[in-house]
Amino acid sequence: MIRYLLRRVGGLLAVMLMVAVIVFVIVRVVPGDPAAVMLGTAATPADIARLRTELGLDRPLAVQFLIYLKQIASLDLGRSLFLNEPVAWALWQRAELTGLLTLLAAGLSVAIGVPVGVVSAVRRGSWLDQAATAVSMFAASVPSFWVGLTLIEIFAVHNPWFPVSGWGGPGAGLAEHLRHLVLPACALGLPNSALIIRFTRTSMLDVLQEDYVRTARAKGVRPAGVVMRHAFRNAMIPVLTVVGLTVATLIGGAIVTETVFGLPGVGNLIVSAVLRRDYPVIQGTLLVISGLYVLINLLVDLLYALADPRVRF
Amino acid sequence: MRASSSPALLLLRRLFRRRLVAAAAVVLAATVVAALFAPLIAPYSPTRMDIVHRLAPPGMAHLLGTDDFGRDVLSRVLFGARQSLAVGALVVCLATLLGTVLGLCAGYFRRMDTALMRFNDALMAFPDILLAIALMAALGASLINVVLALGIVYTPRVARIVRGAVLVLRELPFIEAAEALGAGRMRIMLVHLLPNLVSALVVQGTFVFGYAILTEAALSFLGAGVPPTIPTWGNMIAQAQQYMGQADWLMLFPGGAIVLVVLSLQMLGDGLRDALDPKLQRLL
Repeated sequence: MIRYLLRRVGGLLAVMLMVAVIVFVIVRVVPGDPAAVMLGTAATPADIARLRTELGLDRPLAVQFLIYLKQIASLDLGRSLFLNEPVAWALWQRAELTGLLTLLAAGLSVAIGVPVGVVSAVRRGSWLDQAATAVSMFAASVPSFWVGLTLIEIFAVHNPWFPVSGWGGPGAGLAEHLRHLVLPACALGLPNSALIIRFTRTSMLDVLQEDYVRTARAKGVRPAGVVMRHAFRNAMIPVLTVVGLTVATLIGGAIVTETVFGLPGVGNLIVSAVLRRDYPVIQGTLLVISGLYVLINLLVDLLYALADPRVRF
Repeated sequence: MRASSSPALLLLRRLFRRRLVAAAAVVLAATVVAALFAPLIAPYSPTRMDIVHRLAPPGMAHLLGTDDFGRDVLSRVLFGARQSLAVGALVVCLATLLGTVLGLCAGYFRRMDTALMRFNDALMAFPDILLAIALMAALGASLINVVLALGIVYTPRVARIVRGAVLVLRELPFIEAAEALGAGRMRIMLVHLLPNLVSALVVQGTFVFGYAILTEAALSFLGAGVPPTIPTWGNMIAQAQQYMGQADWLMLFPGGAIVLVVLSLQMLGDGLRDALDPKLQRLL
């Protein structure tokens, strides 16, 4: 187990190094001089030269990369060109909203996806199974922002039950924040539940065909007991991995959802950074989000071992 | 019947035995025809403005209504199909090309495997849309750059599947036989491995086509995609946002077009996967 852990952490570091390379390269492929692009057309050559030195763009590429790695290692993500504050601070301020939104959406998609998936598998071929399959296929084909806009239209414009946008004033408490997040969490979570339904159903169907399920039935365990105690617990193990993977999808989806609902979160930060060409913010956000993704997947794999004693490393 | 022995016909017959798959293929074929002949089918020019009749609801003169500049929504949806399909098709080509090269090298050359797959994992560690907007920020907004960005975003998915298939194929006797006969590495990869990857690539390509259309729409919606002057479906929805509640058709029709096409692509992909090769189901 310890050896496995070390190997996985080593792999994680290797992937993160590659991520840093990719993030570093993305900003360097900007056609022309990044300093000139950042400062816009009104900049004087002296301004550009100063920014070039400030950003270290006049050093060799390899040196620039090493400096960049050193900064990351000391948790310094640079300063935003536009907000005039450290990128790490800008991210931290917005992390609460995006984290809350992602968790709510993940919770919602599990709360819908797992029960529906289990019932679909147990009552295979029933009207519920067919309806769930059809709905989940449809949900996977709908643009996420379209779901959000439709929800706003129905539940905020025509029936003003929920706020159209924003997340309450600066003094708003948690309850007020949560009220603002109901529609965004639905817009983000509902399409994602389709994915969970599909995986839960497949996983349950696999497990229900196992010998030990047949044995349990043969020795007279009640049907509900077979499903819950014998099949469900084992079927949940692969679903756990999928839930981990969808968290990354949800963070990506949050970028779009926050724009739809005008929420001042991490997604909003990166979209405005892209429109303003605020490269340090783009770099920092890319690095943090992909780091989170890699970390979540490692944790899920470790949980796997705890949840399933059959898994040995 | 002689015809029934042709593998292509057999495949088509097996594919279209499921009515939903056949319906999906019809929808896609109709969309392609509509996109190709948009100038002939569209009742108006997609850019012709008619301010007097702006925001007109669907009716006889404008079947799907008009937008805030009085432009015909039906014509714009038809011309939008050209952009969306072109982007989807080009992204599939690019991602398949890059992904196949990457996956073949990783699967066949054991020494390159770890490094290439770490690179692949790193690319997959970014959420699709995040990597796409970051690339767009670096490359600048244009149709070609959207294709480049999305092509890069979807390359790792193709690479992973190709590598998985190559790892299995590499151990089979016919590859050993080819090696024993003195075939070079290039010949083994291109003549012996590649043809066996085609069905996996076709299935994955169908799904990537759908993802690409969805992500392109999201990029345009965020203002980081195709320049807003070009009538893509994503741009139309983005511009319709401000007329929500007073001109719902502006959002409904381009959105519906996206759903219809992507749903059809998914069904076709599922159908192809089942029809092409039962063994594939484990890999995909």
